[in-house]
Amino acid sequence: MRPDLQTIQAWVTPKSRVLDLGCGDGRLLHHLTESKQIEGYGIEIDPDNIERCIETGVNVLEYDLNTGLSAFKDNSFDLVIMTQALQAVRYPDKVLQEMLRIGTESIITFPNFGYWKCRSDLLLKGRMPVSESLPYHWYNTPNIHLCTFKDFERLCSKSDIKVIRRTVVDAEYRNSALMRWFPNLFGAVAIYHLAKR
Amino acid sequence: MTGNISKSTYYILMIFSELGLAVTSKTSKQSQSWPADSVGLVTPKTAHFDQPITLQCGRTLLHYQLVYETYGTLNANASNALLICHALSGNQHAAGYNSADDRKPGWWDAIIGPGKAIDTHRFFVVCPNNIGGCHGSTGPNSIDLETSHPYGPDFPMITVQDWVKTQQRLGEHLGITQWAAVIGGSLGGMQALQWSIDFPEQLRHAIVIASAPKLSSQNIAFNEIARQAIMSDPDFHNGHYYSKGSYPKRGVSLARMLGHVTYLSDSAMGEKFGRELRNGNFNFDFDIEFQIESYLRYQGQVFSQNFDANTYLLMTKALDYFDPAEPYGNDLVKAFSRALCKFLVISFTTDWRFSPQRSEEIVKALLECKKSVSYAEIDAPQGHDSFLLKVPRYIRLFTAYMKNIAHEADQLNRTAPSPMRQ
Repeated sequence: MRPDLQTIQAWVTPKSRVLDLGCGDGRLLHHLTESKQIEGYGIEIDPDNIERCIETGVNVLEYDLNTGLSAFKDNSFDLVIMTQALQAVRYPDKVLQEMLRIGTESIITFPNFGYWKCRSDLLLKGRMPVSESLPYHWYNTPNIHLCTFKDFERLCSKSDIKVIRRTVVDAEYRNSALMRWFPNLFGAVAIYHLAKR
Repeated sequence: MTGNISKSTYYILMIFSELGLAVTSKTSKQSQSWPADSVGLVTPKTAHFDQPITLQCGRTLLHYQLVYETYGTLNANASNALLICHALSGNQHAAGYNSADDRKPGWWDAIIGPGKAIDTHRFFVVCPNNIGGCHGSTGPNSIDLETSHPYGPDFPMITVQDWVKTQQRLGEHLGITQWAAVIGGSLGGMQALQWSIDFPEQLRHAIVIASAPKLSSQNIAFNEIARQAIMSDPDFHNGHYYSKGSYPKRGVSLARMLGHVTYLSDSAMGEKFGRELRNGNFNFDFDIEFQIESYLRYQGQVFSQNFDANTYLLMTKALDYFDPAEPYGNDLVKAFSRALCKFLVISFTTDWRFSPQRSEEIVKALLECKKSVSYAEIDAPQGHDSFLLKVPRYIRLFTAYMKNIAHEADQLNRTAPSPMRQ
């Protein structure tokens, strides 16, 4: 399993009710169902991914993240997860608020635009960064709302969201001392565990 | 010009295929060479029930019969049985051919057969004709044993709940205590929903396709126009047309034409017919000019030859009455709270009869009462009728879901002597 998913798994309470926004092929939910006996649902729009979810017996709902979350009642889930999708939604601030309206807690992962490689691409090459965690060009990227960890934490404090814990990893999902000391410079991907303040 | 010819050819081909003449295939069905993925020749069976049934309208049927077809083989502990519920104009003939001369297979042959989404190598599939129907199950055109005359308009009003009750008895009759899944499209999907509420322990999955939790005012309006078309036909004779030797052919035909418009999407109709003229020029009269007129009249005409008018009236009323939330204080969440099965809900983007929003109402209520549910909105141009067709993504998704059910059924067959859940 991908190391970021391993981190997430460690943070999930057994038997909780989990909603995964942009669940992909349902791998995380499938794993959490087996290891933590969660009651899981995924939201996905890609037909192939939806089919994979159905194949593996993961509950999947074909909703658009930008419009479909109103179908869920307040506090109807223990945990709402979103991995690597925040930067691709139309209004990340609203989605973040929706996540904590629907769930008591949230886990969210996204790429860091403040990563040193991104900074050096812009500073030294004068080009938009293309890296392992951000493999697209500016004209074809689905990532329309990139931010740095600092930006994200600022949005959290502005939106009355509490950061329970945070892990920062590089593109291969490894962790090192450098990343712990200078996360916003050396961390490529962050995993945040959030709750309402 | 070429475009015109090819479009007309296509149109003629379509009419012929509707007529059942397999013009595209050189193999004649008369030689009994069914396609490899067909269930082949099927003989309908009949089950008689002498235990009276009290219907939702308050009236009682002392005895009735259900005609049904089955495909595939029931396994040792009956864990692989599927119930297929038909829609408004459907019947027991869901797959295969009833005789060597049949040109057209059953209404869901795209889905049911060896290796198909509903794989008859793995499942035992049961499809009954609902009571009130006109294809062999007790209905308005059956003889009422009390009077020795056809029931006609005196046949009691039937609801989805009544159908589910009779289907449950059919299951008992066949030794099936729990269906692996109850499956239906449109009005059939409504029966699957009702099953999950009325007999929660007796199904493991409900598959609800192109359906709705109840009819909208617009849906009822269309049904009412269809009924008025039939009832205002002078040949209707208040439903007693059997004894008059007449039949409200024009009314039924009109009702079907109207229904047919709601089954197709604007774009599907536009694609097929556009504004194409039959003779290429305006005639400036009221005869058929546009191809769509010809198509609709043809559809109405064919349907009116095979469908009983009183049954059509009953079926539309069953649709109108369907509202599983009503007995639970109009709370759909409360109604679904009873359910124990898992749900798969499927809608089609261009379906305006039961639009994706209607399916989402079902999903929302299921989520609120924490039921296990998956939902897919299939992008298909064919409108409501999509559920009957080989829409590739729909077939793939359906197949994937059914594979899991088959696997579950196999496991139950291996492990427990009784397939009861929990």
